[in-house]
Amino acid sequence: MKTLKRLLAFALPYWKAYAGALIMVLGVTGLQLMQPMLARWIVDGIYANHQWSLLLWGSLAMTGTAAASAVFGYLQRYWMSWAGQKVIYDIRNRLYQHLQQLSFSFYDKAQTGQLMSRVTADVEQTRMFLSNQMIQIVAAGVRFLATFCLMLSLDWRLTLVAMIPVPVLVWRAEIYAMVIRPMFWSIQQQLAVLTATLQENVTGQRVVKAFARKDFEIKKFERDNLDLMEKNVNTLRASAFNDSLMTLLTESSLAIILLWGGREVMRGALTVGTLVAFNTLIVQMLQQVRMLGMWISGATRTIAAGDRIFEILDTKAEVSDKPGAKPIPKIQGRVTFENVSFAYDGEHMVLEDINLDVKPGETIAILGGTGSGKSTLINLIPRFYDVTKGRILIDGHDIRDVTLDSLRRQIGVVTQETFLFSASLRDNIAYGKPEASDAEIRRAAEAAHIDEFIDSLPDGYNTIIGERGVGLSGGQKQRVAIARALLMDARILILDESTSSVDVETEMKIQEAFNKLLADRTAFIIAQRLSTVRNADRIIVLDKGRIVEEGTHEELLARGGIYTAIYNLQFKGQEENELRNESATAEGGEK
Amino acid sequence: MGFHMHGPGGGRLDMDDISFKDVNFKHLGRTKEFLLPFWWQLSLAMVLVVAIAALGLEGPVIIGKVVDLIQLSDTTNQQLYSLVALYFGVQVLIAVLRYAQTYIMSWTGQKILYSMRKKLFVHLQDLGLDFYDKLQAGRIMSRVTNDVEAINQLLSGGSLSLLSDVVTIFGIITVMLRMNSRLALVTFITVPLLFLTIYSLQGKMTRAYHKTRRRLADITANLQESISGMRIIQAFSREDLNAERFSNTNEQNFRAQMEAARLRAIFFPLVDVIGTLGVALVYYYGGIRMSLGDTLVSVGTITVFVNYTNRFFWPVRNLVEVWDLILQAAVSSERVFEILDTKPNVVDKPGAIDLGRVQGHVEFKNVTFGYDPSLPVLHNVNIEAKPDETIALVGPTGAGKSSIINLLCRFYDVQSGQILVDGHDIRDVTIQSLRQNLGIVLQDTVLFSGTIRENIRYGRLDATDEEVEEAAKIVGAHEFIMRQPEGYDTQVRERGSRLSVGQRQLLAFARALLANPRILILDEATSSVDAYTELQIQRALEKLLKGRTSIVIAHRLSTIRNADRIYVIDHGTVKEVGTHEELIAQNGLYKSLYEKQFAGEPEDYKAAPVVDMTEAKARLGGHSQPGTGVRVAMENSNSADH
Repeated sequence: MKTLKRLLAFALPYWKAYAGALIMVLGVTGLQLMQPMLARWIVDGIYANHQWSLLLWGSLAMTGTAAASAVFGYLQRYWMSWAGQKVIYDIRNRLYQHLQQLSFSFYDKAQTGQLMSRVTADVEQTRMFLSNQMIQIVAAGVRFLATFCLMLSLDWRLTLVAMIPVPVLVWRAEIYAMVIRPMFWSIQQQLAVLTATLQENVTGQRVVKAFARKDFEIKKFERDNLDLMEKNVNTLRASAFNDSLMTLLTESSLAIILLWGGREVMRGALTVGTLVAFNTLIVQMLQQVRMLGMWISGATRTIAAGDRIFEILDTKAEVSDKPGAKPIPKIQGRVTFENVSFAYDGEHMVLEDINLDVKPGETIAILGGTGSGKSTLINLIPRFYDVTKGRILIDGHDIRDVTLDSLRRQIGVVTQETFLFSASLRDNIAYGKPEASDAEIRRAAEAAHIDEFIDSLPDGYNTIIGERGVGLSGGQKQRVAIARALLMDARILILDESTSSVDVETEMKIQEAFNKLLADRTAFIIAQRLSTVRNADRIIVLDKGRIVEEGTHEELLARGGIYTAIYNLQFKGQEENELRNESATAEGGEK
Repeated sequence: MGFHMHGPGGGRLDMDDISFKDVNFKHLGRTKEFLLPFWWQLSLAMVLVVAIAALGLEGPVIIGKVVDLIQLSDTTNQQLYSLVALYFGVQVLIAVLRYAQTYIMSWTGQKILYSMRKKLFVHLQDLGLDFYDKLQAGRIMSRVTNDVEAINQLLSGGSLSLLSDVVTIFGIITVMLRMNSRLALVTFITVPLLFLTIYSLQGKMTRAYHKTRRRLADITANLQESISGMRIIQAFSREDLNAERFSNTNEQNFRAQMEAARLRAIFFPLVDVIGTLGVALVYYYGGIRMSLGDTLVSVGTITVFVNYTNRFFWPVRNLVEVWDLILQAAVSSERVFEILDTKPNVVDKPGAIDLGRVQGHVEFKNVTFGYDPSLPVLHNVNIEAKPDETIALVGPTGAGKSSIINLLCRFYDVQSGQILVDGHDIRDVTIQSLRQNLGIVLQDTVLFSGTIRENIRYGRLDATDEEVEEAAKIVGAHEFIMRQPEGYDTQVRERGSRLSVGQRQLLAFARALLANPRILILDEATSSVDAYTELQIQRALEKLLKGRTSIVIAHRLSTIRNADRIYVIDHGTVKEVGTHEELIAQNGLYKSLYEKQFAGEPEDYKAAPVVDMTEAKARLGGHSQPGTGVRVAMENSNSADH
């Protein structure tokens, strides 16, 4: 009920349309009830009494009420759709805005598919209820009562007799609703399973082929496919049985009327006209009962859908502006970690007791094994997560005291996973600064060495990329992402393994550009290349969430610790090669 | 697309604005191949539909008789009872038949749906990678799910209701004409009105429905992208602008929905009015006939006519919806058949033999190949790997290295020349048996949902748990797997449960190792892992490459150095062949590539001190390969000497 109330709160601003639609429904109901009464009047009043002069009037009245009912019906449908669509428009916007506020921690746990189904299927379910069913339930109730009263007033005994199948009808409807809901749910589940199997097969086709796993995959799909079919057939059989039974119950009411009413007419206790009217009325009334059942089960589905929607809306953003947070002034670039500890779950520390003071313009290279906390560390700076203990200061401001927007706008990030949007290259590069001029965009593209490629495209910067456009290679995507970060012209840059899928030559060029850019900016780089690491002002080595070594390349080499080990095993070869080349050239020269 | 890149990933059929003018009904007819196996179920269902429609017409006739009967003075209760019993009997029969029909039809419909999906899926397994390059995964999926469903909607739902409607309409017309042709003709005055209404609104409604679907798809696409790109959105503080854009999309959907709603709000009440007009005409003209003393018109006749007129208008309302279904199904079937009509680019030759377990001798003889035959990407390539040798393919991006691998796996067939494995042309053996001898590790590691264990076992389905763990241990993945919350039974989910790129690669190694292929193909990642993982991977690699023929697209210095032979590929030809030392001495393309790729900073490499490797190894927590350790130590001493 609470959920329903909250859903209705969304409808409240549009109460006028709802009220209007409700009035129209009542109007339509009244007019529809008049039809059988007019028919009765024509049969009993005109035909039986040979009042032929009234015949035209009777027919016109019938057409007239229908026309009036159509006008009412139009308004009712229109207002109802309008209100329902308006409400859903609001809910969608609210959901979207809320989703944008939810923190990284939420998206770590959430599955895209599930979220999507909430914001699409659940919202749609809610719309059906709020635009149609809600009023129909009221209207069906009113219609049922009105028809019932009218029938009672015509002949109360016939009415009661005709109602005999109704309890059975209601009882069956309830059972059906109970049985069918879990069935529908399991179909949805199975469909999700099948889709997932299919998706993996399609995206992993290379691996499937490479391992010659065709038969295995077909068997897997076959199993899910068969299961889905069986679930569907069972559900459809249940619903087919129910439909037939419900129709039969309605018809049995009609049979009862004919039987009982027919005898009454023969006894002269009932007019033929009344019987004809009853004939129509009972069908109408039972229709209301069935629809009521349908809509009430719709309402319970809506409540379930509403629950899922509100679950999202009620999720608090873990990272948000403090009340009274002020924008951070233009950042100079000093970044200080003070005793920072962090745990994703609040328990298992991923970072422990990090102390780091980075001066404006410094470049910090971060090294460490998988799971040592490198990415976590840099994620804390733009407040993608909030520290568990300690604090992070930028230019002396605790980053939790300033607005998120002002903070993030002044930090450029290139993440490990390159995500681009289905939009033009221009829009993608200017993603963080939509007002950027063409010249700025071009400069950023040049710095990221993607400009030549873009110029080679027939539509240049207007080329649409992504799902609906041109596909880019991994390296091209990465360079666009770099251009996107560079355009922000931020004082603080964060680069997470940002050149991993760029080919070597390009990487070197980007590196050059970086070196220029990094000169007067504070930068945090998770790097694999010796040159980047060497050029850094300071290198920190993380192990199990702690800073274990810190210093310049030379200092760390002199210490002979982990850094030296990594250096020797990985980077040494890069130097070794230099050496050999030199000697080879030298030898060649001697010859 | 004239420029060098992947295709746009969809064709005309995937355009959002596919106009219904372009709808090709030819393909809809082809769906009969799926219907034919169920011909008798379908025929039975049709017979039942006709029977139900016909019986349905009987009901009002009986009611009319009852009405007339009870007005007569000499009617006995018995006559009334038997008529009502007849009525009820007909209704029971209808209920039973309807249940049978719905059940048969939904069973058949689901069977058809099932077989369509199955056929598509099996066909997809045979399609070459060229197909997957052209059409995006999302589009392929939507064809197997949504389009198949749309066809089914028409086949099992729409077509029967259409049949039932047509039977009902013609049945009503016939019965009415036979009962009283004058009254019937007067009632039919409303039919032109009805057609006028349908004619004027039908097209608009179809277009409006189509538009609402598109607008709703826009919303879904926007949401999908926003949710998957949320981290970027927040990192770049785009929330406000995005909210505005979403709101716009939302608004457009609202408009489209209201346009459709308005048309519906006009159409249905209008049909109702016309229906009631028909009823009023029945009462009016029937009354006039009665007033003129026409004995053929009774109150009973009028009751029947009124009932029929009402029923006449019900199917008409459905027609608009059914028409929409037909259009959808026509578009969908064209999409489905586009896939089914795509021929696999590589197929088993008739009489292809089973290759069996090979020694691992691989030979490319004068191989020429192009994805587009007129633009060869490989020219006259000759490569040889003897059993247990490791050969490295080196060259700039786009040189044709991946094409060589694609050909060996027979993802594509050569244009000229031949590829031999143990002396057999790979086109003479079954694809299955060829690939069973191959193990491939790709740059982008594909993991399937399921546990870590299941993912490793993908390499060999009958491997025991011990074997799986053994493989993981050998490649050095065991440790991090045990650190996962549920060890080997940890689910690898959408975001890979925080598995890093390096960890995923180690799992792929374990998978390949478990498969124990005679020929290993490795596409090394450029540099997507951190230094630690790099180290782990190098160790794992050595294990992996041992004791089998390996062909490696190499980026790591260690792999290149250890290779028995290096093939330098450029512009689709083998430019240089030899060992690392030989090639460096040649001072050619290899050397310049090598310099670019592995150039460190030129200054003071000599400053590097000799380190105690024992300590380093201990710190790294690994038992590093003796080979690696020795080499490093040697290199250290070398450099120190200089």
